[in-house]
Amino acid sequence: MSETIDDVIETFDFLEDWEDRYKYIIELGRALPPFDEKDMTEENRVHGCTSRVWLIHELVDGKVIFKGESDAHIVRGLVSLILMIFSGKTPAEILTIDARDTLDKLGLEKHLSPMRTNGLFSMVAKIKSIASAYAGIPAAE
Amino acid sequence: MTSQMPKAVPATNYNVEEIRKDFPIFSQKIYGKPLTFLDSGASAQKPRQVLKAIQKCYAEEYANIHRGVYYLSQVGTQKYEDSRVKIQKFINAASPNEIIFVRGATEAINLVAQSWGRKFLTKGDEVVLSRMEHHSNIVPWQMLRDEKNIVITVAPIDDKANFLFDEFEAMLSEKVKLVAITHISNALGTITPIKEIIRAAHKVGAKVLVDGCQAVPHMRVDMQELDADFYVFSGHKLYGPTGVGVLYAKEELLNAMPPYQGGGDMIRSVTFEKTVYNDLPHKFEAGTPHIAGGIGFGAAIDYVESLGFENIGPHEDGLLEYALDKIQTVKGLRLISRADSMAGILSFTMDLAHPHDIGTILDQDGIAIRTGHHCAQPVMDFFDIPSTARMSLGLYNTEEDIDRLVAGLHKVNRIFS
Repeated sequence: MSETIDDVIETFDFLEDWEDRYKYIIELGRALPPFDEKDMTEENRVHGCTSRVWLIHELVDGKVIFKGESDAHIVRGLVSLILMIFSGKTPAEILTIDARDTLDKLGLEKHLSPMRTNGLFSMVAKIKSIASAYAGIPAAE
Repeated sequence: MTSQMPKAVPATNYNVEEIRKDFPIFSQKIYGKPLTFLDSGASAQKPRQVLKAIQKCYAEEYANIHRGVYYLSQVGTQKYEDSRVKIQKFINAASPNEIIFVRGATEAINLVAQSWGRKFLTKGDEVVLSRMEHHSNIVPWQMLRDEKNIVITVAPIDDKANFLFDEFEAMLSEKVKLVAITHISNALGTITPIKEIIRAAHKVGAKVLVDGCQAVPHMRVDMQELDADFYVFSGHKLYGPTGVGVLYAKEELLNAMPPYQGGGDMIRSVTFEKTVYNDLPHKFEAGTPHIAGGIGFGAAIDYVESLGFENIGPHEDGLLEYALDKIQTVKGLRLISRADSMAGILSFTMDLAHPHDIGTILDQDGIAIRTGHHCAQPVMDFFDIPSTARMSLGLYNTEEDIDRLVAGLHKVNRIFS
């Protein structure tokens, strides 16, 4: 993934119209690498999202690589944002990141329904618990 | 498609612009745009008459009811019981004793399952549901099935979302003890032939529970005419407050049923050896009731009655026809609601966008619709879709609301193409 979360924040500042911002989020979703259909399992589902969201992970050279997917375009874009924030970091790094901060910077909270926001945060919670497991420490919930 | 739908009669004395002024929520802007509210099927907006009644209850007439000998308690009791009588008349029940206040339709169904069901259903008895039931009319019966080993069977629908009456009738036998079916499907808008369903079920000796949540805000329902054994609905979908609903049940059934919950108000006398239960309807209303909710519910009924179903029904039917016509100009839109007889609700999907995408884009234009499985996953499975976008009408909607929705759907196509 070439785009970083800082690029996204910059682009968001530049795009003033909500329609353009959504189009951009949709584009980010479309740019997500393909997600294998066999991984769309109940076990990989992230619950608490109003659309269907799946998340898989593996540890490569001490870093957690996440892949995600959703059946809704806008949510897939949001999944892409979350992965930019967390994927490719060490478990210890992941546990210190406050995603809420970044999402606030994007001003997304006012354009996302609480339910979908909750979905985002259940995704973050799942990522943190995966990182905790890799780090060998119990998830702080 | 809508040949059997009542042809819309222009409601000449129905001034929707004036009626909208009764609803304070429409005076505000959402993201700087007028509110286009098309989610009344989930919960309806409240007229100031209801808000005023609730305010008055707390500000001027508040005390616990059914207990105090003093003035405020008497006034509160009177108003609360007046609401019960209003509801009785509203649905033409035989007696106020047949009106049990509950938290909502969900609690009403759970009450019937836990009280009537536990007492009268035994192993092997059948409960017939329909494919398009709300989860509230599925899960309580599954809980009972797991406890009592009863059997749940499911009446089918066709791919246009019509209730298949003949197939339903063929499922009836002496084993069927209860038929629990919606009057109007919340996910699809289908009106079921409820009168015929009740008649057929009674022929085999089964009782019938009707989920009337979507029907009661839209049409006159008459318990004497329908002959339903149980009929449930919520106040908040009928322009009343949340947290209050009604279980209607025939008095002889309520008398035969054990109490659902124990506590204050539902007893006549209590000793550690023996408790004597109160008479109907209080036997089923343990604890301090939702006093302001009950009173607000009464005000909502006054409000709806003042407009009249002879006006509300045709107004909403006319809008539904208008919406059906306009919405099909949207490219790639698949209508899920296609029943011959429908009211107030249109469910659809779009080729280019997931329902949540649709809902999110519409939201930016101040348009509120429901997206998701509408608490009716079995019917979503039937159509092989995870969810739909659903618009549902209230008595305050206008053709302009529909125009805005359709413009929004064209925008969705533009954004996702």
